[in-house]
This record gives sequence, C-alpha cells and structure tokens, in this order.
Amino acid sequence: MTNALEIKNLQKTYANNFVALHGIDLTIKKGEFFGLLGPNGAGKSTTIGIITSIVNKTAGKVFVFDHDFDKAPDYAKACIGIVPQEYNFSIFETVIRTLVKQAGYYGIPRKLALERSEKYLKKLGLWEKREDRVRFLSGGQKRRLMIARALVHEPPLLILDEPTAGVDIELRRMMWNFLKEMNAKGTTIILTTHYLEEAEYLCNEIAIINHGRIIEQGLTQDLLRKLNIQTFVLDINKNLSQLPEIKDMNLRLINNKTLEVDIEQGQSINDVFSALSAQAIDVVSLRNKSNRLEELFLKLTQAPESKHV
Amino acid sequence: MFKVKLIAFQTIVMNEIHRFSRLWMQTLLPPMITMTLYFVIFGSLIGSRVGKMEGVPFMQFMAPGLIMMSIITNSYANVVSSFYGIRFQRSVEELLVSPTPNSLILLGYTIGGVIRGIITGIIITIIALFFTNLHVQHIFITMTIVILTALLFSLAGFLNAVYSKSFDDITIIPTFVLTPLTYLGGVFYSIHQLPDAWRDVSLANPVLYIVNTFRYGILGITDVHIAVAFVIIFLCVIGLYALNLRLLNKGVGIRT
Repeated sequence: MTNALEIKNLQKTYANNFVALHGIDLTIKKGEFFGLLGPNGAGKSTTIGIITSIVNKTAGKVFVFDHDFDKAPDYAKACIGIVPQEYNFSIFETVIRTLVKQAGYYGIPRKLALERSEKYLKKLGLWEKREDRVRFLSGGQKRRLMIARALVHEPPLLILDEPTAGVDIELRRMMWNFLKEMNAKGTTIILTTHYLEEAEYLCNEIAIINHGRIIEQGLTQDLLRKLNIQTFVLDINKNLSQLPEIKDMNLRLINNKTLEVDIEQGQSINDVFSALSAQAIDVVSLRNKSNRLEELFLKLTQAPESKHV
Repeated sequence: MFKVKLIAFQTIVMNEIHRFSRLWMQTLLPPMITMTLYFVIFGSLIGSRVGKMEGVPFMQFMAPGLIMMSIITNSYANVVSSFYGIRFQRSVEELLVSPTPNSLILLGYTIGGVIRGIITGIIITIIALFFTNLHVQHIFITMTIVILTALLFSLAGFLNAVYSKSFDDITIIPTFVLTPLTYLGGVFYSIHQLPDAWRDVSLANPVLYIVNTFRYGILGITDVHIAVAFVIIFLCVIGLYALNLRLLNKGVGIRT
C-alpha cells in the first residue's frame, strides 16, 4: 500500500547550531488522520516546514506518495496542501483572488480555479466575504481561508499546523467536522495541535515528538491503553466533613460533596462505588478529570531527555 | 507538467501586472509627473539656453536618457518592492509550497518588472513627444536595449529584495547607487564634454552604455561602442539571473 508520507532519518540543524531534528523516521499511511504532537520547540513545525519546502533539511529523505522530494519535488509538492500555523497571506488581496492565485501556482486553469474557490469558500462559510480584502477578515475567517487555500488544488495530503489555535469552540467544532469529512472522503490528514482533546477526537494514529526525536508512535487507542492511571471526579449525595476510608484506593476530598479518585491499571471504578455505597454514600455523577492523552503526553514529554537518546 | 508550469508562470506575471495597475497612483503616475518636470525645466527652460548637444537640440538629446531612466528605476522598483513585500508578509510561502520551480518564480517576477518598465517607458516617450521630435533610427537596437535594460534592472531589484531585511534596505540601493549612476550615466550630457580622467571613470558606469545605446537607437548618436555595450549588458543579465537563481535554490532570505 502506498504511504502518504515517508520520512527517513530527517535531520535539521539551524544556522545557530541548534539541532531541531535528530534524525526522525515517520511513516504515514494513505487515508490516515495522523496527529503529530509535542511541546513548543519539539520539532513539529520544523518537520512540517521541511515537508512543505519552507525549511531546508540538513539530511534525510522525504517521500510523498512515493515521490522523492529530492528527485521529483514538483510531483511531491503537488500532492500537499498546507495550512500553516501563522497567517501568510498577501493582506492586500481579496479572498477570491487569494484562492485563484494559489490555484494558479499549482497549474490549475482559471475557470476551474474559480469553480474550486467557490466550492471551498461556500463549504467554509466565506463565500459572502469573497470580495473583501484579507486584512479585513477576523482571525477565525483567516484560519478558514487558509484551509480553503490549502484545498483549492485538491491535494491527497493535507497538513495542518495548529489550525485551531486561538479559534472559538464553535468554529473549532465546525473545523473538526469539516476535517473529519475530508478524511472520510479519502484525504490523508496530518495535524499538529496543542489541544490534545482535538488529537484524541480526530486522529487515529499519533506520534509524539520531543527534543527533535519521535518518542512514541502508534494508534491513538493503543497509546491511551499505556496509561496506568486515570483520575475520576465523583459528585456525591452526602455532605462529608472528612475523607471516607477505602482500602487500596487513592482518594481525595475536593469539597464536602466532591471526591477525586485515581484508578490504577487492574483496579475498577466499581470497587469505589461499592466501598462508598457501604458507607451510605451514593455517587450522583462521574467524570474523567483530565484528558487521557494529555496525561500520556505529559508523562512522555516530561521524561528526562537522556531516556530517549 | 509543462502546461502546469506555464499557468504558474502566467499567474505570477498577471499578479504583478494586477499589483502595479492597482497601485497606479504609486507606480505609474509619479514617473509621469517627474519626467514632465524634467522636460519642462531642463528641456524647455534651461535646455533652450544650452543649445545643441552632439549636434542635436538639448531636449532631443536628453529625451532618450530620461526615457531610459524611467525604465531603469521602474523595473527595479517593481521587483524590489513586490518581492520584498511577499517576503515581509511571508506570502512567498504560497509560492514555495507550490510546484512552481525557482527558475519560473525568478522569471515571473523579472518579467513583471520588465512589463512595468516598458509601460512606463512608453508613457514617458509619449510625454517626450509633446516636447520634441523622436524618430527611431535603429528599431532593432532600440527594442533590444529596452528589453535588456528592463531585464537587467528587474534582476538587480530581485537581488536587492532577497538581501533586504527591512523596507529601509529596499530604498538604499536606488537612492545611493542607482540614482547617482543614472545621473552620471550621460542622461544630460555627452562624456566628450568631460575631462579625460572623468571620461575614463564614466566608462566604468554601466548605465552610460545603456543610455548611449538607446540614444543611438533613436537619434543615431553615441559616446560608446554599441557592440561593447550589448556584450556588457547581456553578460550582466546572464550573471544576475544565475546569481539570483542560485540564491533562490539555496533559499537565501526565504527559507530557514
């Protein structure tokens, strides 16, 4: 099966001798929704910059749908649509010209470019703004325009570098649905994000990068299973002045009607319910305290760097 | 892939034409006003007292130089401001991520500058005809030198844009290099009027060859050998194109 992206021993050392990538390997299959996660400065944007020709690599190979970036850059680039982290429009252009111009750079004839522009501007709710200059768009509209611009040549691989940073919840949900729809139609998507809830919701495979190295990669569900502890918040029906005693359970009293409990691998939340019930305490509601992926992410990225050398 | 690249090239050129047409108040109008003032002040008022220069009325002698001056400054200004502008706004990334090869990016911006230079040259020629008669003596030489000059200074503008780190940097070369070279490049005088030492110094000025070759094409008079002028300008065009392409391929100023 063709891989959408294959990276071999990718290295990047900047002019100031900062080593951003220590030789990463990554394979992303066609049709995947892939999340590339990592803290600030981990190497996510450098990796994406190299894949999209914004950053010069120091060493390594990049293949996009089997096109070697060094030997056939034109074919490789034609397969990629990029939504960068920061706005990079010509702010004096109109919305529609921004898309038509971008389509032109990919060799799309003007008539087809206009049709595609209309299609994606309507899909992303920007059609009414088509004659407005880009500088007059709101932050959320600019984000959507960058997605439309990345899609105007209908690439099989869409790369989004923190596309929902700074957008409100409603717009984020709208973008999630749109991206899920694109992925369902066959577009391979690579996403970097700081919102781990976003990655957990959207991505079926995840890689975590830290200090320029891939420290974890696999199916989202497999990675989540690696977590040993989950924390639950329990709202109870009784006013408590002191913490109830439950054997072998790490329980905390948050306030007189709220408890917090850590459930380790091999333990069951039912044991907590039973123990509380025995003390005439009923659980009214239950929620997972933190995003599980966030816990895994912190666990991995806060580990000493030497562990991954 | 050829058709794809052709459309990409057309897109860059049409975008450049759209840009300077939209900004006509900043791009096309100023040279019209400046050159009209030159014709009125240096041509009509002062020129009538100067008499003939190299056997032709001063206004007629000066006109080709002013036309060429406008071509030089406008082709340069177009590329330096446009390409630095897209670097500054980072919209150059729109081009870098696309399959458009660097050679076409360079050619597209250069041709954009050439077109603005030639359009400005035509406008200034029309203005000149209100003040003097111009009968082209050597049409091929005239056309060739116009195109080569616009190419040369568009490429020079591109080089300036690649190395600029601020908007100040894109005005330094035009102010401190281009303008003095143009004024000292025989626009207003013949180098035969200069003392020997200064004449020798003037021969090192490439603008002198450009202005004189163009003047030869229109009036049939020149201070320099036309063949030498063409060789120098042609080599400069090739050299600047190769240098700019090398810089683009290395990603100087556009990639980290």
